[in-house]
Amino acid sequence: MERTIAGVTIQVNEEGYLTDFSQWSKQVGNDLALEANITMSPRHWEVIDYIQTEFKNEVPLSIRKIGKSGVVDIKEFYQLFPMAPLKTASKIAGIPKPASCI
Amino acid sequence: MIILGAGTAGTMMANHLHHHLNAGEWEIDVIDEREEHYYQPGYLFLPFDIYEPEDIIKPIRDFIPKGVNLINEQIDRIMPKEQYVSMVNGDRLQYDLLIIATGAKIAPDETEGMQGEEWQKSVFDFYTFEGALALRNKLREWKGGKLVVHITEMPIKCPVAPLEFAFLADSYFKNKHMRDKVEITFVTPLSGAFTKPKATAALEHLLEQKQIHIESDFAIESVDNENKTIVDYGGRVVPFDLLVTVPTNKGDELIARSGMGDDLNFVPTHKATLQSKDWPNIFVLGDATNIAASKAGSVAHFEAEILTDNIMRYVSGEPLKEEFDGHANCFIETGNGKALLIDFNYTHEPVEGSFPFPGVGPLRLLKESRINHMGKLAFRWIYWNMLLKGTHIPFVSTTMQEAGKSFD
Repeated sequence: MERTIAGVTIQVNEEGYLTDFSQWSKQVGNDLALEANITMSPRHWEVIDYIQTEFKNEVPLSIRKIGKSGVVDIKEFYQLFPMAPLKTASKIAGIPKPASCI
Repeated sequence: MIILGAGTAGTMMANHLHHHLNAGEWEIDVIDEREEHYYQPGYLFLPFDIYEPEDIIKPIRDFIPKGVNLINEQIDRIMPKEQYVSMVNGDRLQYDLLIIATGAKIAPDETEGMQGEEWQKSVFDFYTFEGALALRNKLREWKGGKLVVHITEMPIKCPVAPLEFAFLADSYFKNKHMRDKVEITFVTPLSGAFTKPKATAALEHLLEQKQIHIESDFAIESVDNENKTIVDYGGRVVPFDLLVTVPTNKGDELIARSGMGDDLNFVPTHKATLQSKDWPNIFVLGDATNIAASKAGSVAHFEAEILTDNIMRYVSGEPLKEEFDGHANCFIETGNGKALLIDFNYTHEPVEGSFPFPGVGPLRLLKESRINHMGKLAFRWIYWNMLLKGTHIPFVSTTMQEAGKSFD
């Protein structure tokens, strides 16, 4: 479905994740964060940047992997993106919801 | 040909390849340090006194065909470049083709405090024989309180087993006339009862019916032995009197020693051909792979049929077929003599329908029924007598069938 955020039109799925990463911009990420009651800081952006890089390299993400990334530890990851940090951070980063293996 | 591991996957491959490979040209070795084969689905029933230990343990040797060498020794590491397996006793076993079927194990030491002083007193696992047996003894005398059924992180073997444990606990305590003394909470790192939306809705409905409370999105940081609580990274705290946890699951340590695994010791594997991503003469199946399919016996069974064909193609120099679709087929025990059945693959989530005959059944997908439960119990016989021996199970196709299912 379509929605407008930060003055641009983006495609999202029913859970609000971007379906086309090319539509993402820092401003879109910023406004998606505000909807999750998160005010982005430089530290937040470092994590988002790391997540997007891993996504582009097709590396599946997990909380464990982020904890071992050297970019952020799990404790801080939770402080930055409370409750379900990987899902929240993925939404802000404009990438699909992480597929937890089954 | 060397097969590492004589669990479900390795034993099936030994039987398949023994049938298919020319005995004059190939020598098949299977290496496993254990002498006994454990029927792992039985670990779910052992704690509730439904199965006895002798129902789930048999000698490995009984399932390895004559003409295949079973080597009961410890493996040190694989040397993929040099094409040999190095044994702890110093032996070097050369191979032309290697199959890795070394499975997955629990790693409670990954979580702070999990193996603390409450381990096997009020903190238990049921993913090992010892754990399931200790838990049975605990449940026999437990007087009630807060029971917490917990998943540490994904992936785990048989992802529905923790839910089944919660359902069976509900009916176990009902039968003991003490359900009112037990509060059951299901704690998961996922956002709901399961990973796929339709099955999640069906399973959450059952949890509600059985008055099992769910705590989702819980990423455990530690077990607090003193206060008997589990604590997550976000600071959430869940108290317990009895914690039944599924610790982190990891591939075998020998994969790490060989430098062939990811951060959880799972081997990077091509998801449709089951060939190792790094070494063309190494194939991987069962719980040892990193593919995004369930870690379950049914998956290993479907993989074994496809891998056998691919190995035959590989040895005769033909291209491999990209055939494995992630097919899984799982019974979910829901207590009181009923079960659900789910059938799905990489791309299709579990939905309602009939199985194995489209429109007929007799098994019903994603709906509770007695016949599904009978199917689950009958499966133990099928496992020992057909599955391990590599006999094709009639009417159950290797890749998932779309007929008979209600997709939107």
